[in-house]
Amino acid sequence: MKEVKIKPLTINFGPQHPAAHGVLRMVLEMDGEIIERVDPHIGLLHRGTEKLIENKTYLQAVPYFDRLDYVSPMCQEHAFALAVEKLLKIEIPIRASYIRVLFSEITRILNHLLALPAMAMDVGAMTPFLWSFEQRELLMEFYEKVSGARLHAAYFRPGGVYRDMPHGLLQDIKKWAIKFPKFIKDLENLLTDNRIFKQRTVDIGIVSAEDAIDFGFTGPMLRASGVKWDLRKEESYEVYDKLDFEIPIGKNGDCYDRYFVRVEEMKESLKIIHQCIDSIPKGHVMVKNNKITPPKRKLMKTSMESLIHHFKLFTEGYKVPKGETYTSVEAPKGEFGVYIVSDGSNKPYKCKIRAPGFAHLQAMNFCSKGHMLADVVAILGSMDIVFGEIDR
Amino acid sequence: MNKNINNLGTFILNSCKYVTNHEIINNELIITTKISNIYNLLDELKKMNDLNFEMLLDITAVDYPQRSKRFELVYNLLSLKNHLRLRVKIFLNDNEIVPSISKLYKSACWYEREVWDMYGVSFSGNNDLRRILTDYGFEGYPLRKDFPLTGFVELRYDEAKKKVVYSKVKLTQDYRNFDFLSPWEGGTLPGDEKADN
Repeated sequence: MKEVKIKPLTINFGPQHPAAHGVLRMVLEMDGEIIERVDPHIGLLHRGTEKLIENKTYLQAVPYFDRLDYVSPMCQEHAFALAVEKLLKIEIPIRASYIRVLFSEITRILNHLLALPAMAMDVGAMTPFLWSFEQRELLMEFYEKVSGARLHAAYFRPGGVYRDMPHGLLQDIKKWAIKFPKFIKDLENLLTDNRIFKQRTVDIGIVSAEDAIDFGFTGPMLRASGVKWDLRKEESYEVYDKLDFEIPIGKNGDCYDRYFVRVEEMKESLKIIHQCIDSIPKGHVMVKNNKITPPKRKLMKTSMESLIHHFKLFTEGYKVPKGETYTSVEAPKGEFGVYIVSDGSNKPYKCKIRAPGFAHLQAMNFCSKGHMLADVVAILGSMDIVFGEIDR
Repeated sequence: MNKNINNLGTFILNSCKYVTNHEIINNELIITTKISNIYNLLDELKKMNDLNFEMLLDITAVDYPQRSKRFELVYNLLSLKNHLRLRVKIFLNDNEIVPSISKLYKSACWYEREVWDMYGVSFSGNNDLRRILTDYGFEGYPLRKDFPLTGFVELRYDEAKKKVVYSKVKLTQDYRNFDFLSPWEGGTLPGDEKADN
């Protein structure tokens, strides 16, 4: 048979494409159906968050963090709150710590409940997506009960959490947490041993441990490559050191392992949720320092000082001592860090957001080279890309 | 992790010849070096067995327009093996070029692109130094302190031309910068300084 040389082809993928997980444009250079080079064009969702934060007081900056990775809002507020607390040198009450951990883990499940089925949908499975959204709705109800908003919570604030949980919420979460393992089982029934799903994900987009580290991978992406690194264990913050949970790791670093690590992580998160509910102490949820946190509304009706505090806090805000810090948390997607430089005023002089997805997406070219066109979406899905945090 | 941060600082100062200074802020170690040495220093930090900073988490810059060396470039490093974190800083002018470390860390390429895009700091040796977050054909460096928050241009759909066009930003009201800084905590209220005399 005569060999025909095919002209290299350039395909434009996105920016509006259902498998692009938002607004990603990729220029794919192909040799037939084999990918030769991927050039992701990002920034289509750039809103200048870092610039805006420089012009806002510390409290006003909190809601911007919800809008970064909009499927795991509270984990990002957490990083910011921890950073500001470090600069202010304050320690939050233990109950607030527990609430933060509880909701961080709910957020992790919330995130994985979108990441996994979205990946499954990219490779052709519709059902998990619909099922997961029902569960996500239940979790967002918890969000709503505790903060008043389903997504953009602005709940973790420097100094603690905005307010205490309403009565009965812990029992509701407990009831849900008892039922949830059945859902994970159902989800796994659909995907884990599914022949098509395995054909599309096993041995696709393999990243070795060395490459994962070199590319700055964190979170499930790093753990799928077999590196046991989780900030909740390694640099334990809040009350994670008192809780018992495992760090699931993968073996091959392919798309299937990334799926698997996330499924196992949900089970571990569930363990943490149970422990938090059982051992949460009573007490305050905010630092009792009216120079940083607002006074009770009831007090404002009778106390002049409280009224002044409230007014000054929500107009001028609090001043943060000169200094700088890089503080990070284990967000569902990886290490989410905030680098704040304070010049001693009421606004951050500089606030750099280290988004895990930014580093992951950079490896897109490396992961896809030599694969087929259809594998690009599988790899993209397994990276759990959300453009809110990448473009900032 | 932060127990021996003092020792680590002295250790790095003694063993890496490129380090010019070190300080500890909020229990985090920061070292500084000269621009020309940044590649060699990071190479050393990455390969030295006791340190092994194998992951580059981030590169960012801080702009201080009033300083003679305007930008502070910050490299954020992590060692998984030794559980260490470190920030490396260099100081540079508008027109100075930084040697790229994209050959040392694969993750550096996009980080450098972002710094170039946001601050206009250029890197020599990074062969993909395009803008990354801003629009195609964007002008200016948005995170510099002299770049206005509202920007210079805005987008709109032009009905006559049937396409999206750029035009100069028109604000119906000037951007209001509320200066709430008051001597709420300490300091003296305006007028009170006379009372002391």
